[in-house]
Amino acid sequence: MVAVTHEDREMLVDAARAWVRERAPTGVLRKLRSQNGDLGYDPDLYAEMVSMGWAGMIVPEAYSGHDFGFMGMGLLAEELGRNLTPSPLIASAVAAASALLLGGTEAQKGQWLPRLVDGSSVGTLALEEAARHDPANVALTAARSGDGWLIDGWKRPVEFGMAADLLVVAARTSGRPGEASGVSLFLCEASTEGVERHPLKQIDSRAAAAIRFRNVAAGPAQLLGALDRGSGLLDQVLDRTRVVLAAEMLGSLQEAFARTVDYLKIRKQFGRHIGSFQALQHRAADLLGEIELARSSVYSALAALDSGAEDVPLLASVAKALAGRTFGHVAREMIQMHGGIGMTDEHDAGLYLKRAHIADMSGGNVAFHRERFGRLLGV
Amino acid sequence: MEGDLAAFRTQVRDWLSANFPPSLRGLTPLTNPSEASERYESADYHRWVRAVGEKGWGVPTWAIEYGGAGLSADHAEALAQEFAKVDAFNPIAGLGVMMLGPTMLEFGTEEQKRRHLPPIARGEIRWCQGFSEPGSGSDLASLQTRCEDKGDHWLVNGQKIWTSFAHLSDWCFCLVRTDTTRKQGGISFLLIDMRTPGVEARPLKLINGASHFCELFLTDVTVPKEETLGEVNGGWTVAKRLLQHERNGLSEQRKATLDLVPLAREYVGLDAAGRLADGDLRQRLLDHLILDRAYAQTIARRAAAVEHGSPNAPAVSTLKNLGARIAQDRGDLAVEILGNRSLGWEGELYRDEELGIVHEWLYSKCFSIYGGSHEVQNNITAKHVLNLPDQ
Repeated sequence: MVAVTHEDREMLVDAARAWVRERAPTGVLRKLRSQNGDLGYDPDLYAEMVSMGWAGMIVPEAYSGHDFGFMGMGLLAEELGRNLTPSPLIASAVAAASALLLGGTEAQKGQWLPRLVDGSSVGTLALEEAARHDPANVALTAARSGDGWLIDGWKRPVEFGMAADLLVVAARTSGRPGEASGVSLFLCEASTEGVERHPLKQIDSRAAAAIRFRNVAAGPAQLLGALDRGSGLLDQVLDRTRVVLAAEMLGSLQEAFARTVDYLKIRKQFGRHIGSFQALQHRAADLLGEIELARSSVYSALAALDSGAEDVPLLASVAKALAGRTFGHVAREMIQMHGGIGMTDEHDAGLYLKRAHIADMSGGNVAFHRERFGRLLGV
Repeated sequence: MEGDLAAFRTQVRDWLSANFPPSLRGLTPLTNPSEASERYESADYHRWVRAVGEKGWGVPTWAIEYGGAGLSADHAEALAQEFAKVDAFNPIAGLGVMMLGPTMLEFGTEEQKRRHLPPIARGEIRWCQGFSEPGSGSDLASLQTRCEDKGDHWLVNGQKIWTSFAHLSDWCFCLVRTDTTRKQGGISFLLIDMRTPGVEARPLKLINGASHFCELFLTDVTVPKEETLGEVNGGWTVAKRLLQHERNGLSEQRKATLDLVPLAREYVGLDAAGRLADGDLRQRLLDHLILDRAYAQTIARRAAAVEHGSPNAPAVSTLKNLGARIAQDRGDLAVEILGNRSLGWEGELYRDEELGIVHEWLYSKCFSIYGGSHEVQNNITAKHVLNLPDQ
């Protein structure tokens, strides 16, 4: 990583905050919903984000990136989370980019990373299959065929799977579903024959895909990392993605909280502002405490990614668990404290609640990370 | 500057190897003098207190004329790190360092600072806090201890309660009423020598048994006028600042000192899959440990933010509540982990560690009451941090 100063990061945050305020209000999400498209984001807005260099934050300069580090990437994601700005930034510039950076050959990195950075390609991770996130529970197979493989099975949900042209697919090359060994990663172009994509309409108005792989051919150049030993690579990719997603969730939950506190100051009942009621004041104050803990956990995990600390998995699980728990709590309180207006579609409270649920599920929910944290501690 | 810091570290290391007695390795600062064990009575301990006090390293950022070392925050941090590396500790502790000192630096006269701060910095004088009264707990500003103007001195009459270590302290910083017509605006902040006739401290027995909390009786106590900190009737302003230092210090103290993981492994055991055998307890333990870790991260984040003058520092009223709740959960979980071994009050059939956990669990219930209750902290957060309308 190049030397990034505190001031560099502050400039980035200021720029991102201004852009989000001016260019990406929550109306963007509403427009997407009414347009009923399959992409799940506005390509013009994503082009603006890319032009500001945001898709190259964790990519070294050798691959046209800006090598800004995870703290910078996380602070950026936090700002983008405030208005729930939908974009494939994390799926492409964090998840897919990390898979290439950590597991790719020079040829694979050289082919794909500059395209992810300049936005001419969108990448995503095709991992999920069953109802619960479990990176070892891969049933989709890649069976030997000549010097390559034939990939067969389903993946769902694949975030921004309708937009992505590069799929990083977790496939089983040996063993049984549930076993960590025997999982391999493949780079698969979405245009390959046999890849069938079906749009999944999600509650958060972003779009995902269910993807059917019908004996899709993959050559040796498409294998990412070591055969049968993709689990370790996948864990690292997931932890990076989880931490940046937790940072995005942190931005969302802070905005949801700020809007709720603002409402407590203007809404009047019984002839007084409802924010003057001690019952609501204390709930808000307790909530602020939870938010401070979530913030610390996210920043600590981002710092650990940059310093290459050994306890990244533990810190990632702490951050994702707390972000999930806190976002859910804030979103529920946002609706409750707004009362009836918070239940209307016209109000944004529901957007935050829906996003809180999907973001919690992505990369493992609170229960998943509590369990993982326990295993890492040895209890 | 960096070279300067490196040279300073070398200097500290050399000094530590010459001055830190190996017999004290692993000892912690004595925040509770009633728990002083043998090592705290040793000649080595007294030598160590003197050595650190002479360098001003117990309060490294205080100015040299007030007994400190006049160090920058970076140098103080480096100092603490070098101490930690050799398992040394800062023996200069207590309410004088944590609360009165920083408040006096802000509000004291030059004469007061030169007279009161150096003995604190040398660890010679122990201070206690006379704030709460039997009728004034959460509503602290309603306090009634009478303070009459007798021309060249004050005459103080009243009763304080929850005065930590009053029976072991040399001086007391005390809130008294100098004007009965105004509430907050009638309070003054006095510094009282505990040897003055009419000062009497009586320890209180709490649910955990003996405690360091006392009742403090003040009967016709004469206090020189120059022992007024801040303006007469301006004591509430001074007190509010001191309470911030208190909450900050208390938040620091709530970091985990008991590791529940090995305790749970020993008393609950693991199942065949390597998980804690009690699944219900395990889930709650893990939830707690996640919060506990985030709490330690939050304390560190606040320290860094304060050092860099960042506006993003978490508020102390928020931290105090988090720390109290998490520490109380730790106590609840600890006794649940001990199970039948958590039922004992005393006796040789229980291990010292078991009895210690039980008594600490009982004591921990006060964390959300003293230093401003959970509810008072939330009032402060609502008003001053969230800027919500007055109740």
